[in-house]
Amino acid sequence: MSNEQDIERHTIAVLVANEAGVLARVIGLFSGRGYNIESLTVAETDTKENLSRITIVTSGTKMIVEQIKNQLRRLVPIYKVADLTTDGPHVSRELALVKVAGSGEKRVESLRIADIFRANVIDSTNESFVFEVVGATEKVDAFIKLMEPLGLVDVSRTGVAAIARGANAL
Amino acid sequence: MAQHDTQMTGAEILLKALVDQGVEVIFGYPGGVVLPIYDELFKQNRLRHILVRHEQAAVHAAEGYARSTGRVGCVLVTSGPGATNTITGLTDALMDSVPLVCITGQVPTNLIGNDAFQEADIVGITRPCTKHNYLVKKADDLARTVHEAFHVAKSGRPGPVVVDLPKDVITGRGEYQPPSRMKTKYKPQVKGDLKAIEKAVEMIAAAKKPIFYVGGGVVNSGVAACQLLTQLVRMTGYPCTQTLMGLGAFPASDPLSVGMLGMHGTYEANLAMHGSDLIINVGARFDDRITGRLKDFAPTAKKIHIDIDPSSINKNVMVDHAVVGDAAHILEDMIKVWKAKQCRPHEKALKEWWATIEGWRGRNCLHYENSNKIIKPQYAIQRLYELTKYKNPYITTEVGQHQMWTAQHFKFEQPCHWMTSGGLGTMGYGLPSAMGVQVAHPGALVIDIAGESSIQMNIQEMATLCQHRLPVKVFILNNQYMGMVRQWQELIHGGRYSESHMEHHPDFVKLADAFGAVGLRATKPSEVDDVIKEMISVDRPVIVDVRTDASENCFPMIMPGMAHNEMVLGPEENVKVEPGSDEGGMVLV
Ligand SMILES: Cc1cc2nc3c(=O)[nH]c(=O)nc-3n(C[C@H](O)[C@H](O)[C@H](O)COP(=O)(O)OP(=O)(O)OC[C@H]3O[C@@H](n4cnc5c(N)ncnc54)[C@H](O)[C@@H]3O)c2cc1C
Ligand SMILES: Cc1ncc(C[n+]2csc(CCOP(=O)(O)OP(=O)(O)O)c2C)c(N)n1
Ligand SMILES: [Mg+2]
Repeated sequence: MSNEQDIERHTIAVLVANEAGVLARVIGLFSGRGYNIESLTVAETDTKENLSRITIVTSGTKMIVEQIKNQLRRLVPIYKVADLTTDGPHVSRELALVKVAGSGEKRVESLRIADIFRANVIDSTNESFVFEVVGATEKVDAFIKLMEPLGLVDVSRTGVAAIARGANAL
Repeated sequence: MAQHDTQMTGAEILLKALVDQGVEVIFGYPGGVVLPIYDELFKQNRLRHILVRHEQAAVHAAEGYARSTGRVGCVLVTSGPGATNTITGLTDALMDSVPLVCITGQVPTNLIGNDAFQEADIVGITRPCTKHNYLVKKADDLARTVHEAFHVAKSGRPGPVVVDLPKDVITGRGEYQPPSRMKTKYKPQVKGDLKAIEKAVEMIAAAKKPIFYVGGGVVNSGVAACQLLTQLVRMTGYPCTQTLMGLGAFPASDPLSVGMLGMHGTYEANLAMHGSDLIINVGARFDDRITGRLKDFAPTAKKIHIDIDPSSINKNVMVDHAVVGDAAHILEDMIKVWKAKQCRPHEKALKEWWATIEGWRGRNCLHYENSNKIIKPQYAIQRLYELTKYKNPYITTEVGQHQMWTAQHFKFEQPCHWMTSGGLGTMGYGLPSAMGVQVAHPGALVIDIAGESSIQMNIQEMATLCQHRLPVKVFILNNQYMGMVRQWQELIHGGRYSESHMEHHPDFVKLADAFGAVGLRATKPSEVDDVIKEMISVDRPVIVDVRTDASENCFPMIMPGMAHNEMVLGPEENVKVEPGSDEGGMVLV
């Protein structure tokens, strides 16, 4: 049984008006009230209705996560808040660009691992690769970890995009 | 030149929108970028402008106006320093859920971000201290934005809204849109879920040791909500306690009222909360000043929470049952369900419960040792109450001991007659707030019960009162100290009175005179009645300097970090508390 004090990780999808300052409101809410942001992504998703979708991965006790959702719902330009973690099954993906520099056996090894992770090489020079890896956060984490001893020099991650399974829209 | 004749300037659009929103009074202060608006104000006579002496006071005045009428208060200030001076007022209104629209001037859109003269990023600065804010980018958007601002300010949980107007929007031309054409997606839930209401009523009927815990949300909801609440409480015969913000929502003289709860609440209210088996929270937010130590808060009680803002629910205290919606709507449905189900309270249990409560009440916790030599602050307030109640006065306060003594000793029978800064605790709130109340109720008796320190935070507004012939009475309980600070230092910091004594105060009688108001003073208990009567009889602003006992402390008191059943009743009890008690990150000092 889960304890009231247990820290849980939740993925929250937020539909907002695509207007100046919305992101600042959301981020200000999190920093002002001391909530965690583990990942946050935002982009326009509905040009006709002028809506953007923010995906936030956050963590806290049950009470805090409930607060976060209710506080988000109070913001005037926020139209919908859904907790993908509790509302049913969902899928989530992240994309990372991972730069590995090196030569010889390490270089070959990095390619081998990339293959296992289905990461693509999207840039290469004689002494470097840029891999594109897509997957759940844990998979991306694992890939980056494996690249560390092989000459990892730079990482850029998109943060999490998530969506509920099945036919229904947010 | 107008392209076609339906076009108006931004300034004209603004004023028309305000009039269409039913605004009658604006509290404001002019400056560079808003001059075109002031020019339009000059040319019309539908909107009255009250010229304050400091923009903070304009916001508090609008708060007093709003709280005492249930309408949206309106403020107009210039860019930069004019706008930044409103921050304390806006934060105060946010904490206490007061509906306001504050119009701020802004530098022209092409200069925004350039560190232009009197530029401040007011949308950025006020984001965390408003319910919502807007930067208007073109005159065509202005009317719609102003209408939405009023809608947001008063719908759902009320709050302050800022509308920032760049100079070129004020002077530019655009189309006016009437309120009926405003489209908004902001529609908070007002009706409560009927199933949830039925369950609440069942819980209420089944309780054996229940208590109604009533807050500012009922006052926010309106006079009808307060009447419905009173009706429901009387139907059940259950005890009812009010928060500082909820005073007046239920008549203080009703025998079912056990008074205010919380840090300086009554013994009977706090012990009844602690010993209850059901707490029915209507429009209150389990503030840390009323819960005390959270883990020992009402340990045996089930909790029902009725609130319009879902984020108030399960924030500090986990409740057993919640109903989201407007208090008036929900109370009305609760009464219907109670009647339809022919609910009856548990007569025997209730009788025993009341017997216990009467025992606590018998402690007479608000008792104090009166004196015939020195004016006790409680005595001054009691006399003020007795001698003014026939006038049904509006009372505001500053922040400190005098505020708590007023809450304890002034009896509020009706909502909207009590204006105080609860959530932010803003010294300097009372005088401008009283000013706003007086503007809304020209013939009424309006009294700011003040401390000598707080009053100096916005004393400049005496000039506004005189200019606009607003006969507000300032009743100063002058204990020569920041009494509330001194009390904490006495009880918690070993009597080291660090910087809580102002060695120099103005002569308030002469000060009143200098402003063109009337100054009165009482130094002996025998003079109290006379100054009060004289104060009432003068149809001008008055400052009364009541010299009170400097060493008096405000009791009862739940010491920081303590629980309801550990309250200190009076000075005879020896209190020892570690400084800065804190619990789970919640600092209680
Ligand atoms: C020096 C000092 C000492 C204090 N001591 C005490 C004390 O001893 N006791 C005390 O009670 N307070 C005290 N306070 C005040 C305290 O800090 C809080 O401001 C107060 O307790 C909050 O009151 P409330 O719970 O009624 O909530 P409010 O701040 O009035 O909030 C109202 C609640 O109702 C909801 N609401 C709003 N509109 C509606 C509607 N239409 N329908 C339904 N719900 C609605 C809101 O969402 C909110 O949750 C003190 C303050 C100061 C400065
Ligand atoms: C703007 C502001 N600054 C500081 C405080 C902290 N504070 C709370 S009560 C108080 C003393 C108030 O003194 P006074 O107005 O004389 O009232 P008294 O307690 O003596 O009745 C202070 C400094 C505050 N509430 N508001
Ligand atoms: Mg004082």
